Amino acid sequence: MSRMTTSVIPTAGRRGAARSPLRAAGRVATSLWLPIALLAAWWAVSVSSTSPFFPPLPTIVAETWNQWVLHGAWTNAVASLRNLAIGYAAGALIGIVGGSLLWRLRLLRVAANPIIYFLYVLPSPALLPAMIAIFGIGEMRQIALIALGAIWPTLLNTLDGMRGIETVKFDTARALRLGGWRTYWRLVLPGAGPQIAAGLRASLTVSIVLMVVSEMVAAQSGIGYFILQAQAEFAITKMWTGILVLAIIGTALNYLFVFVERLALRWYYRSRALGGS
Amino acid sequence: MTATTTSAVLAVDGLRKIYDEGTDHANMAIDDVTFDVRKGEFVCIVGPSGAGKTTLLRCISGLAAPSAGTVAFEGRALDSVPDELGLVFQDYSRSLYPWLTNARNVALPLAARGVPRSERGERVSAALSSVGLGHVERKYPWELSGGMQQRVAIARALSYRPELLLMDEPFASVDAQTRFDLEDLTLRVRRELGITVVLVTHDIDEAIYLSDRIVVLSKNPSVVKEIVEVPLGDDRTQIATRASDEFLRLRTRLMSLVMPGEA
Repeated sequence: MSRMTTSVIPTAGRRGAARSPLRAAGRVATSLWLPIALLAAWWAVSVSSTSPFFPPLPTIVAETWNQWVLHGAWTNAVASLRNLAIGYAAGALIGIVGGSLLWRLRLLRVAANPIIYFLYVLPSPALLPAMIAIFGIGEMRQIALIALGAIWPTLLNTLDGMRGIETVKFDTARALRLGGWRTYWRLVLPGAGPQIAAGLRASLTVSIVLMVVSEMVAAQSGIGYFILQAQAEFAITKMWTGILVLAIIGTALNYLFVFVERLALRWYYRSRALGGS
Repeated sequence: MTATTTSAVLAVDGLRKIYDEGTDHANMAIDDVTFDVRKGEFVCIVGPSGAGKTTLLRCISGLAAPSAGTVAFEGRALDSVPDELGLVFQDYSRSLYPWLTNARNVALPLAARGVPRSERGERVSAALSSVGLGHVERKYPWELSGGMQQRVAIARALSYRPELLLMDEPFASVDAQTRFDLEDLTLRVRRELGITVVLVTHDIDEAIYLSDRIVVLSKNPSVVKEIVEVPLGDDRTQIATRASDEFLRLRTRLMSLVMPGEA
């Protein structure tokens, strides 16, 4: 625990080294070689395919450009992303606030525990018919479903992260007389930050799944609607373009999440890299 | 029996602490502890390991409520940690918040006490330089060595100019050399700021070197075995003071109190 030196650990040197362009390029290459190899393999194997169900990858790529850029299918992606953004934001917010309340109020936690696990293990798509009955077939229903699914991973991780904060940190807060709200903002939220982030990431994955699922039932727009519609018209290549767009959006959102997380939790990743707390 | 005098910063009277009171596994950590701390005094609390020293500190800081007896800080009974009290814990790596820079860690209690933002920067720099730390404001605690982290924790406790500084085994997690440095730092800070210090330790030599008086606790459940005066004067140095006859006499005396079987 205690380090036997009295000098400042030279972190500047390490960070400088990691920033050199050669190293950075090396890191990117390390993480990208497999995806690139798989894409190349797909391309090579499919390029002479005559099966109507597995069109050549070059054809899918050309058709994607055609459908999604030239023929205006991008409006489906916009509709999907808008629902996702609103639903995910609402679910995440409810998850963090709910998790905080459950952490703070023991009585509520004990009472709510069975209900939460019941809702957590219930597959959210099963609620789709109920959602249609409640919200009709508008976008509100899709947003509500995404939000409902996104709540649980964030809520449970928020609660768990807050309960895992060391007692000494709370003693410190009391000794410094931080008071209720300052303790929450300066200690409880940042202290649970790494685990809240893990919950938010799991919620994002759930949200993307629910976004697609909700668009496949009684919807008039969205990527899921596009994929299902194309399949119904036997436009198999068109269907594959929807799947490709979905994969690209999912990957992009995931990387965006990791990027924001690394920025927000810089202290956490850097202190762990140093072998600190 | 009132132990409270007008000049007592801290008055502990008949303190008792029982954990899980009223259950089968009730555990009495402290039986009966009474002592005073006068203004400007340096008092160490020593005792064998498991003597409930940390429990006692939690009770006299207002972090834990006693089961019986009273703790008065400047004449008022404690119900929470008072505004003019600074606390330093043993475990600096946990008590400093790793998501805040050193400057923001030190500024936390200032913000909580309504010190305007414009003044905070200056107060933070002053507190950090009073413990011999400059240029660490933008760094994070985990970028510093253990001894420097504990200095930041001390600076944080001093930043709001408390009347009384309570320290719980503050130097137990640093190496010997750093330990001597931090002991001298504590003595210097106490002299410069004129504050009262109560320090809990299991190290008898450390207690003698630092104290004006030493409260010796018995084994669990604790009672005060004896309160020993330390007439070593104000000017103390690690080498000369620790080699003096008076120091060795006190050392023998305290050893026989803490480990009666072996003396």
